[in-house]
Amino acid sequence: MSKIAPVNRRDFVKLFSLATGGILLGCNISTDKKEFVPTQNGNFTPNLFVEIKPDGNIIITASRSEMGQGIRTSLASAIADELEADWKFITVKQAEGDAKYGNQNTDGSRSVRTLLAPMRKMGATAKVMLIKAAAKKWNVSELDCIASNHYIINKKTNDTLFFGDLAVEASKIPLPSEDAIVLKKVEDFKFIGKKLKSVDLEKFTHGTATYGIDVRLPDMKFAAIARCPVTFGTVKSFDATNAQKTYGVNKVLVLDRLIPPTGKFFGALGGVAVIADSTWAAFQGKLNLDIDWDYGENSTFNSEEFKEKLSKRLLEKGKLVPGSKGDVDAAFKNSNKVVEATYHVPFLAHAPMEVPNATAWYQDDKIEVWAPVQDPQTAKAEIAHFFNMPIENITINVTFLGGGFGRKSKSDFVVEAVALSKKMQAPIQVVWSREDDVQHSFYHAASAQYLKASLDKKGNLTGWLQRVGFPSITSSFKPLSDYASGFELGMGFTNNPYQIKNFRLENIKAEANLRIGWLRSVVHIHSGFGNNSFVDELAFEAKKDPVQFHLDLIGKDIENQKNTKNSYNPKRMKDVLKNTAKNAAWGKQLPKNHGLGVAIHYSFYSYVATIVEVSVTNKKVKVENLWTTIDCGLSLNKDNIKNQLEGAAIFGMSLALYGKISTKEGAVEQHNFYDYQMTRMKDAPKIHIDILDKMHEPPTGVGEPGVPVIAPAICNAIFNATGKRVRSLPLIDEGLV
Amino acid sequence: MSKIISINGKSYTVDVQDDMPLLWAIRDIVGLTGTKFGCGVAQCGACSVLIDGVLTKSCSMPISYAIGKEIFTIEGSSKNLEFLREAWNDGNVPQCGYCQSGQLIAATALLDSLENPTDTDIDNAMSSNICRCGTYSRIRKAIHKAVAIKNNAI
Ligand code: FES
Ligand code: FES
Repeated sequence: MSKIAPVNRRDFVKLFSLATGGILLGCNISTDKKEFVPTQNGNFTPNLFVEIKPDGNIIITASRSEMGQGIRTSLASAIADELEADWKFITVKQAEGDAKYGNQNTDGSRSVRTLLAPMRKMGATAKVMLIKAAAKKWNVSELDCIASNHYIINKKTNDTLFFGDLAVEASKIPLPSEDAIVLKKVEDFKFIGKKLKSVDLEKFTHGTATYGIDVRLPDMKFAAIARCPVTFGTVKSFDATNAQKTYGVNKVLVLDRLIPPTGKFFGALGGVAVIADSTWAAFQGKLNLDIDWDYGENSTFNSEEFKEKLSKRLLEKGKLVPGSKGDVDAAFKNSNKVVEATYHVPFLAHAPMEVPNATAWYQDDKIEVWAPVQDPQTAKAEIAHFFNMPIENITINVTFLGGGFGRKSKSDFVVEAVALSKKMQAPIQVVWSREDDVQHSFYHAASAQYLKASLDKKGNLTGWLQRVGFPSITSSFKPLSDYASGFELGMGFTNNPYQIKNFRLENIKAEANLRIGWLRSVVHIHSGFGNNSFVDELAFEAKKDPVQFHLDLIGKDIENQKNTKNSYNPKRMKDVLKNTAKNAAWGKQLPKNHGLGVAIHYSFYSYVATIVEVSVTNKKVKVENLWTTIDCGLSLNKDNIKNQLEGAAIFGMSLALYGKISTKEGAVEQHNFYDYQMTRMKDAPKIHIDILDKMHEPPTGVGEPGVPVIAPAICNAIFNATGKRVRSLPLIDEGLV
Repeated sequence: MSKIISINGKSYTVDVQDDMPLLWAIRDIVGLTGTKFGCGVAQCGACSVLIDGVLTKSCSMPISYAIGKEIFTIEGSSKNLEFLREAWNDGNVPQCGYCQSGQLIAATALLDSLENPTDTDIDNAMSSNICRCGTYSRIRKAIHKAVAIKNNAI
């Protein structure tokens, strides 16, 4: 990457000349502006690269962490499509955590939404350059040349030239202006929206993908850390004699808590670290530690009491949330019937299959990290802050992620590794045990909500009051954030998919005594559960069919609705619901002890409806079938979306059936998969996914929107089968699994 | 405490204590990292290997048990594993991929013992492997597909 060709202000792509010959294009995307951003003088730092080599191979450097959403594959497909490339020549490389690769945070199902347009333009630009090079070589008009399957074809003579053979020539072509770039029509897509296999399949089926935990450096040591069972407790004193004597243990040392400055970062818990020759020796050494803890002020925190405390607060008015409208009290007074219910969701941990881990090598003037992180740039900023290192001297190599679900967007395990590497002056890999992971997560908050609604004589909804409380994610940045923030209430509470005239939302106080974070679909888990459970109860009270009742609540189409990607469109919501009902043959005769339940939700700009069929035998629930329909706009990679929604169904089932983190005297009571259980193959239902074809709409989220509907759909199906209403998760606590 | 173990037909000398679980000897000492750590307590199957053909959770089996026996990991190759790999590719099974080493080894053990497993056989054989990404329906389909590929190949 030596010389930069002149670019004019309006260009969005940069051309680099390569020593090896071939094309290297870079473009800049910004997550905030969601568009290309040349700087004032027309220069900019590219953060996405496409390289076409003389042997025909195309290397795409992707800027998102791979954590199972097939992002690398989806993004590569957009480039390959516009470029008319042959899929087998495409390789995707992971960008390191560097600002030049753009914002790399993978939270919020944003990746495809943000990156699709730039990726396509990059591919189209490269194609134009290859065509120009071929036309020059043949001495014909560019109009006579087309690109197809890694060749440029001369339409008149049928001569062909291989992409690779044009790469060097093409790199000398001046960068075409933006006007010369014409994107393909939706009908002509070859890869976008098609079934496309993961670019990493071979690695996954041979065990050769390098996850964070697989990183091996010369002279690397392994570390395990004993952290206080109670959040933010500290080490009073400890006896390391037995730990030191453990076979393979090199050293025992104290790791101070890294306290983040208010408003940003997450820091690390601190504790006592054991450095050893193998992961197991480190784990064993840790078990042999004798530590006296100062449990601190969270040691009185019992999650059962907290649940009761929230329930009590629900009896009184909370803070009025903007977005409330109409007169709920009048609606209640003038109604035919009033219905009330209270719902609870417990704390949850992410438990990605790959535990948190990181490898760091602190050398005098630089720090290098290898880690499975969802947000490498925040990790980098935290390291710079805590270790007082200039940001340009820090490198983060993002490995494959064995699942993230939000856990790996926090960098606590990364700064732990850096701190230990600094102390040991050697490369250190910190590995959390599963118990560490379950007991020291950034938990999905527990919630309580009270709902009250009124129905008129015809069974129509006239007023809706919702009082909700849960510890805020903000508490992890700012102490004393006892109320939910706007962005949290905007996840399905202020913007539920219903048209309700009289609507009041109140927020009650909920303090945090655990570290709170985001977990796949975040607050939508609460709103999805409360809204859909309650609507089902209302349908029953109104003696109406639940699907029809939902459709009525979604309401009329909005006339002449401007079609922007962020505006909620009731028609699209109704369409997914009708489609799911059709697929599930809603209304059909069911076998004895079977029941159907429905739930809808709008999140990350996507529309989802799910219907679940359960059977209940001897009071035990089995999910037999599950139908989900999504409208996520343009579907970049249908098979990947399908896989994501199947996964979301299983993830949602895990939390509905088993998910619960509880505390006693501040300490988490669960340990490992035997008491924090997951859905297994034998629990897995037949899953039927349908993706509505919306190729002309912008793409919206797919990784998370499939989750919030699952728990309420199951609970509504249980009610349908048995008449028993589940208002508090998980089902295992109700004796139903 | 030097000992010799054989993995995928190759011998390795390792110097570890007798009670070190095989998983950690394979990963940290031998350096084959395809076999994964998920729970350490025989609950998730990420660490699955075959020892003399028997499906074993290597996190909960001391290395001493494997001495003189043949250990088979995801880095290895066998007829059934290759059929399964093809089926896995065909069905685009993995998401994050992390559990898939263990899933493939468990599925290999299943096909080694049953010619044509039913859904119930599959559910029973595969339920000790957790996939947090939830690829179960694809795994189920892929195992059937592997059997079909195998029958076509003969
Ligand atoms: S790591 Fe061995 S079963 Fe989970
Ligand atoms: S593919 Fe991610 S845990 Fe199975």
